[in-house]
Amino acid sequence: MNARADQPSAPSPANVGIVIVSHSPLVAKGAADMVRQMVGDCVPLAWTGGNVEGGLGTHVAGIAAAIEAAWSEAGVAIFVDLGGAETNSEMAVERLGPARAARVAICNAPLVEGAVVAAAEASGGSSLAKVVATAEELSP
Amino acid sequence: MHLAAADLSALIALCRAEIDRHGEHLGALDSAIGDGDHGANMRRGLEAVFAERDAIAALPLPAALERIGLVLVMNIGGAAGPLYGTLLMELGRALPDGDEADDLAAPLERAIAAVARRGRSGPGDKTLLDVLYPVQAELVRRSPPGDIAACARSAAHSTGPMQARRGRASFLGARSIGHEDPGASSCALLTAAICGYFEEHRPS
Repeated sequence: MNARADQPSAPSPANVGIVIVSHSPLVAKGAADMVRQMVGDCVPLAWTGGNVEGGLGTHVAGIAAAIEAAWSEAGVAIFVDLGGAETNSEMAVERLGPARAARVAICNAPLVEGAVVAAAEASGGSSLAKVVATAEELSP
Repeated sequence: MHLAAADLSALIALCRAEIDRHGEHLGALDSAIGDGDHGANMRRGLEAVFAERDAIAALPLPAALERIGLVLVMNIGGAAGPLYGTLLMELGRALPDGDEADDLAAPLERAIAAVARRGRSGPGDKTLLDVLYPVQAELVRRSPPGDIAACARSAAHSTGPMQARRGRASFLGARSIGHEDPGASSCALLTAAICGYFEEHRPS
């Protein structure tokens, strides 16, 4: 399963985008559904889950496509589940080059709660730093 | 040491065959303490490199290693993809231009340090680093290939009694003790295969 842009209509490009990366496409899509229910379409949102063959796992190309789909000049906050999702996300971010990579943050926060809280913060036009800080408050 | 295109192509084929032969075993090791996909992931990665072997072997060695790393990153997935990918990409970047690699120990040291940063791991965490560190130490000592291969196998075996501190195996706590780490195991298999080639062929 590859990246899905989840944008019923064009979101405000000024808001920070949200990317959800899970080993499971069902978890990723479910979390994205919850984000969408919370903030409608005013936040760029994309999800990716599964390995290149569609089984459980994560892969760099899928994550890179999700980042592109949720790209915002204000930045992108990524939410991950288990270890490989984080390291593969790091690889995908580094491949953006230094200028764009500086506008992407991988959040140390729970996947579902983090993405929902971050999206709510982003929907108000907050900066990437503020969006990330709000989500990371969830992690002790 | 000069590595010709034919050598690199043969090494890729050898590594792919070795991982294919041991794929089930790697999967079984991973099932014991992880998610069980290490064999399948490694096979997919090596198949992808094998499919590109002619184009890769035609590149200068540093660029070839970087390309192999990228193909591994894009195809292995899991936690191993970024680790093996970082190892090969950083090794390529650390080598001097051209096909001559007189001193592999220093570039490998840099590449291993990058893997450790990527995985936020160190010695004794029950990862492939527990094979890479001793293998690099053997290179510093300029040990013969057969000794390096034996060291790699023994290092992988020594991850059995370790308790995992990184990755999914760490969720098991003390129950991860007694199982060889699948990443260390695949790393030893690949190291031994590469050493076996150099033992037989001894490139000029």
